[in-house]
Amino acid sequence: MALSDFDRQLIAATQGGLPLVVRPYDAVAERLGVSSAQVRERLVQMQAEGLIRRIGAVPNHYRLGFVANGMSVWDVDDARVDRLGEQIGALPGVSHCYRRPRYAGVWPYNLFAMLHGRDRAEVEAQAEHLRELLGAACRAHEILYSTAILKKTGLRLAKMGQNAPTES
Amino acid sequence: MLLPEEIRLIDYLHGGFPLSERPYAEVGAALGLDEAAVIASLHSLLERGYLTRFGPLFQIERAGGQFVLAALRAPEDRFEEVTALVNALPEVAHNYRREHALNMWFVIGAESPRAAAEAIACIEADTGLKVYAFPKEKEFFVELRLPLGSGSATAGGTHGSV
Repeated sequence: MALSDFDRQLIAATQGGLPLVVRPYDAVAERLGVSSAQVRERLVQMQAEGLIRRIGAVPNHYRLGFVANGMSVWDVDDARVDRLGEQIGALPGVSHCYRRPRYAGVWPYNLFAMLHGRDRAEVEAQAEHLRELLGAACRAHEILYSTAILKKTGLRLAKMGQNAPTES
Repeated sequence: MLLPEEIRLIDYLHGGFPLSERPYAEVGAALGLDEAAVIASLHSLLERGYLTRFGPLFQIERAGGQFVLAALRAPEDRFEEVTALVNALPEVAHNYRREHALNMWFVIGAESPRAAAEAIACIEADTGLKVYAFPKEKEFFVELRLPLGSGSATAGGTHGSV
């Protein structure tokens, strides 16, 4: 599914946020020179297609006090990683849980789970919970804490020359 | 500090947002707030930095785009130089320093897998460093619900009136 010109315009018009006015979709429509119904119908379709995950609020973890950010990585038995990944993804405090490739001799971990806490002790406690859940299927793990944000601009659609929203 | 009604609003919005003519009024009706109060709350939460964004959350992968997590090992004495080279690429959406031998972790966001591969090749050429790409092979969960109120986070459940 490729983006149409209208899709690109719609993304460009809403990537900075939905207007905080009584009729926000009318405001977007006016900017694009289309009807409000066209905007809403396409947004409904985009949600159905999964191109829009949802319309919502992205919290600032740091501002909300969740200042400890640990990327926990786990070397989990390949035969069991998918079933266990589903269980881990459903735990509170876990975001961005993925299975990813290993690199022999460099990187043995195939399951990544981002953990957020008010301090590192909270992150460690969550990691301990994950370790118990993984049990014997897990051979090793580490937590990589972020110590600096080097860049955070969001996705840039090169052909549009504008920022588009990305994962929170 | 967050007000109780702000916590309720953030919590409610985890479940989605209506695509109706007057969506803020609809959210307000569900929470016992009037339309103007919902708009004012969101405005204030954004202004005070509790929310970084309010609007559609796009998944560009559904339109053929790709996000790739990648990492490299930047020598400490070249860390700033390598940071500048990596960040110079528009495809690099996020970049974090992490405590590990692989000390730089970034996300490439591109309109196609080919463009993502080209960006990675470009970083290797510019820095002379090996880039390890960690494309997602399977996604288990991608949204965090912070336990703002009761102290326990919850997952799932939508109420979007689409």
